[in-house]
Amino acid sequence: MILLQLFGTFFRIGLFTIGGGYAMVPIIEEALVDKKGWISRDDFVDTLALSQSASGILAVNISIVTGYRIAALPGAISAALGTVMPSFLIILIIAMFFTRFSENAVVERIFKGIRPAVVALIAAPVFRLGKSAKVNLRNLWIPVVAALLIWLLDFSPIWIVLIAGGGGYLYGLIQRKRGVR
Amino acid sequence: MIFIHLFITFFKIGLFGFGGGYAMLSMIQGEVVTRHAWITAQEFTDIVAISQMTPGPIGINSATYIGYTATGSVWGSALATFALVLPSFIVMLILFRFFMKYHDNPHVKDTFATLRPAVIGLIASAALILMTAENFGSPSADDSQFLYSILIFAVVFIANFVFKINAILLIVLAGTAGYILY
Repeated sequence: MILLQLFGTFFRIGLFTIGGGYAMVPIIEEALVDKKGWISRDDFVDTLALSQSASGILAVNISIVTGYRIAALPGAISAALGTVMPSFLIILIIAMFFTRFSENAVVERIFKGIRPAVVALIAAPVFRLGKSAKVNLRNLWIPVVAALLIWLLDFSPIWIVLIAGGGGYLYGLIQRKRGVR
Repeated sequence: MIFIHLFITFFKIGLFGFGGGYAMLSMIQGEVVTRHAWITAQEFTDIVAISQMTPGPIGINSATYIGYTATGSVWGSALATFALVLPSFIVMLILFRFFMKYHDNPHVKDTFATLRPAVIGLIASAALILMTAENFGSPSADDSQFLYSILIFAVVFIANFVFKINAILLIVLAGTAGYILY
């Protein structure tokens, strides 16, 4: 039963995610944390951190970890299948029948409205998840510098993940050596 | 034979593709257009356009589309998509089990103390990168589209952040607004 629910929830998420993995973040957060209460917001932030530390598709990585948290390997498979299935079916139909889909005038009009909405929906969790990620005045510079490096200087997110994780590890090591903790 | 190549190619993309959909695109292009010539550059651009207009991760969309075009069969689609997702299972399950086992370890705690805020920065950068003329229009090209886009952005942000209105409902409403406005 839980497997079917997982599949259904992620199918819905996959169906309404336009604009890549990050667009999925607010929808997954809403469905799993607020509505279903399957995982806590803190666990969700950890899931995000893990998913971004790995290669592969962000949305699929998030669904695998969340599914695994809830119902082990069968849960991970159900969640990943749910995420992949909507785009698989839609693209398959397009590949088979409508090669000139993107030139459709009605489709173009609808998407002109959707695109700014998607950007707003990606911006909202930045502020909502800040608390769970334990962002405070002392470490506020970390997300700000990370965002600016990627946005303005084309840094690859993988470097940010490596530097941020490695930096925290080294900082802890030095603090301990000095006997601060 | 093509099925084996398809599997290996997309497995490789899944295993080494870092940095999300758009970063993965250059890798997919290098493999399927330049190296294997399964599709033309024009077809590849079409896939990107279609992916931007249809739901789902852009990597999955490309794998499904290229799998079908390269083999002319649904099985090609299924195989390419499966091959792309498979490395994620292996990598994520190892990472997650490692994390669960050691998340009370002080070194892992230190690592995550700075990693978590950085992840918030990653999401912020994704929003900033998407604030482009393609998504919002530009004031020089089309005043009204730019204005409408800013308006939709502001309304959706407030509706979701302050009033906690469902994200999927907001996407449907924004699509409807686009249909009426343009």
